[in-house]
Amino acid sequence: MDGNGRMIEIAGVSKRFVLHNQGSAEIPVLAGAGFSVARGECVALTGASGAGKSTLMRMIYGNYRTDEGRIAIGGIDMAGAEPRQVIRLRREVLGHVSQFLRVVPRVPTIEVVAEPLRILGMAEAPARDRAAALLGRLNVPERLWTLSPTTFSGGEQQRVNIARGFVHPYPALLLDEPTASLDPANRAVVLDLIREAKARGCAIVGIFHDAGARAEICDREIDMTAFSPERAQ
Amino acid sequence: MTDAAYNFAYLDEQTKRMIRRAILKALAIPGCQVPFASREMPMPYGWGTGGVQLSAAVLVPEDRFKVIDQGADDTTNAVSIRKFFERTAGVATTTRTADATVIQTRHRIPETPLAEGQILVYQVPIPEPLRFLEPRETETRRMHALGDYGLMHVKLYEDIARHGHVSAAYAYPVMVEGRYVMDPSPIPKFDNPKLSGCPAIQLFGAGREQRIHALPPYTNVVSLDFEDHPFEASKPEHPCALCGATESYLDEVITDDRGTRMFVCSDTDFCTSRRDAALEAAQ
Amino acid sequence: MTPILSVRTLSKSYGPRLGCRGVSFDLWPGEVMGIVGESGSGKSTLLGCLAGHLAADAGQVIFDTRSHGPRDVLAMAEPERRALSRSEWAFVHQHARDGLRMGVSAGGNVGERLMAAGARNYGAIRGAAQDWLARVEIDPGRIDDRPSAFSGGMQQRLQIARNLVTGPRLVFMDEPTGGLDVSVQARLLDLLRGLVRDMGLSAVIVTHDLAVVRLLADRLMVMKSGEVVEQGLTDQVLDDPQHGYTQLLVSSVLAA
Repeated sequence: MDGNGRMIEIAGVSKRFVLHNQGSAEIPVLAGAGFSVARGECVALTGASGAGKSTLMRMIYGNYRTDEGRIAIGGIDMAGAEPRQVIRLRREVLGHVSQFLRVVPRVPTIEVVAEPLRILGMAEAPARDRAAALLGRLNVPERLWTLSPTTFSGGEQQRVNIARGFVHPYPALLLDEPTASLDPANRAVVLDLIREAKARGCAIVGIFHDAGARAEICDREIDMTAFSPERAQ
Repeated sequence: MTDAAYNFAYLDEQTKRMIRRAILKALAIPGCQVPFASREMPMPYGWGTGGVQLSAAVLVPEDRFKVIDQGADDTTNAVSIRKFFERTAGVATTTRTADATVIQTRHRIPETPLAEGQILVYQVPIPEPLRFLEPRETETRRMHALGDYGLMHVKLYEDIARHGHVSAAYAYPVMVEGRYVMDPSPIPKFDNPKLSGCPAIQLFGAGREQRIHALPPYTNVVSLDFEDHPFEASKPEHPCALCGATESYLDEVITDDRGTRMFVCSDTDFCTSRRDAALEAAQ
Repeated sequence: MTPILSVRTLSKSYGPRLGCRGVSFDLWPGEVMGIVGESGSGKSTLLGCLAGHLAADAGQVIFDTRSHGPRDVLAMAEPERRALSRSEWAFVHQHARDGLRMGVSAGGNVGERLMAAGARNYGAIRGAAQDWLARVEIDPGRIDDRPSAFSGGMQQRLQIARNLVTGPRLVFMDEPTGGLDVSVQARLLDLLRGLVRDMGLSAVIVTHDLAVVRLLADRLMVMKSGEVVEQGLTDQVLDDPQHGYTQLLVSSVLAA
């Protein structure tokens, strides 16, 4: 993080995909993207489908390589970071709530949620307590905690994902549609969680199709259309 | 009455020289199996061809030779090997352990303590202690070379797990001078302590397997065990029915069709000597 | 911090046929690295060279030993390398029967490395074996059963227990979930993840199953025709493959 309290810094970021097995077709998706997110700030990425919202989120998390430009999280540039630096960043600094739950089948929900804490070295009992508290708050029935979330409904899986993303107080968070497929009560819980995270200084980048949620918790909106390659040319 | 058709002690001098070289190497590396070019002998494998070749290589005309099989001087195997060397080497023979200079044995160490200057030659069926744990010779050789003997204790572990104690009653593996694990040939484990610190030279010959190993005098030999399952040199809890000895290894003899049995010394020379002495004292 | 394993320009040929060429990477403590590639890509050759099962033609494999710091494993004498491979290293074979003694009880299998390292107390060895059976979710009551009486998944878990009993720091795995039922695979993956996390293990896993590396590996190396064509963070290599071969590999997988 730099001295101005900017947790996430994005500057001059471009991305294109090269499909080697399809005549080396080049697909440019982003050009000249740049913005920063301060501690305690929540920024929403907007723009039509295909504008590159998810692409940029994945680049910030390191799933996509950054071809050009700089994406710094807490001072570490994802573009040039070693895998172990990225792994460490993901464990300690950068949380991610995706729309998909990717877990080993058969692992109980409570362990799935507690895992980020266990990786950080927390003992089993306190990690499970924290996980239990969050699952309770998100109204995941206790009888499901010992089951694998792979068998859950979409809404339940979503809440497990959210619990996993909020169990450790990450200084930076990426949220991909955190309120989609949630009923009003749980939606309110998630918005509360986001507010609490902001209050403790967490910098958040999110994609919210839920305009109401966006209005309630986001401090700024970044229109991704501005970074489309056609416009840059 | 040497049979003039044969060289002294049957084998030709070149062969004896080859075997002696292997013996010297084996003595220099106690417990290490040394290969040798085992010859066809006029007896089947399993009858002591390895031991006979060693005896032939070490015998000199002045020797007094003794042969025992399971401790007895009068079994077929012992008698025929003794006759073989009487005829081909013309050496003197004896049944007295103390009088013999070279003793060839199958499955026993004599009860009478051996002395410096004596040579004890063992007949060995399978020299490789790891054979039934690891069938690949290339691998067992490497294990010996690297002193990689975890597997040997696995065998003992398995015994204890299954039977509550190490069930091996003979061919009980030993560690020689803290370096090589050795199979002492199928002697009862009762005899294992006699291997260590023995003043005589001990030679082991496996004819079919073409291997020689040896223990020079006063070699340190330790039977493998666990701290909480220490090695025990056990024997039947009886005195000898003939001589009354309580310290000797006993054979169980069935005396009739109704299962009546008696325990007698397996070392016939030891037993006879004691009885003779007792008789003399009584007279 | 020192890498636990530093590999430099490692090469191995089988006569005129290439095994692997010019492989270099650093593995850091606690990292799990996956190696993927099709059959014949050189991934098993590479693993064999790393673990000392095959003699490399050129290069260095520098392991950070507990007692003497970084040492080139390829330059070590055989006894030293063997001692290393049964104390600080572990090797999990694809087929459990290659890594187990099928004629020896489960307890004997687990205890062997301890006994090789000098353990001579039967009770303690048995206790450790029971403890490890429980850790890999095998009923300790089956300690005296032979592996041949176990299912495939249990055999694989037994192999893992046998390897980890001496507390190694680096584990080599060759297709650890290959040939197992899908449900059994999941259980094994979960177990491996827990052990890697709790023991702080570093690992090199060779597999052709991208789902396995996605769940287990922090980093990924893609091999083709004996050479590394791409390496990096697992997510990045799988989600944003740069090399044509990796793109083909990723797109060839049926989505579950």
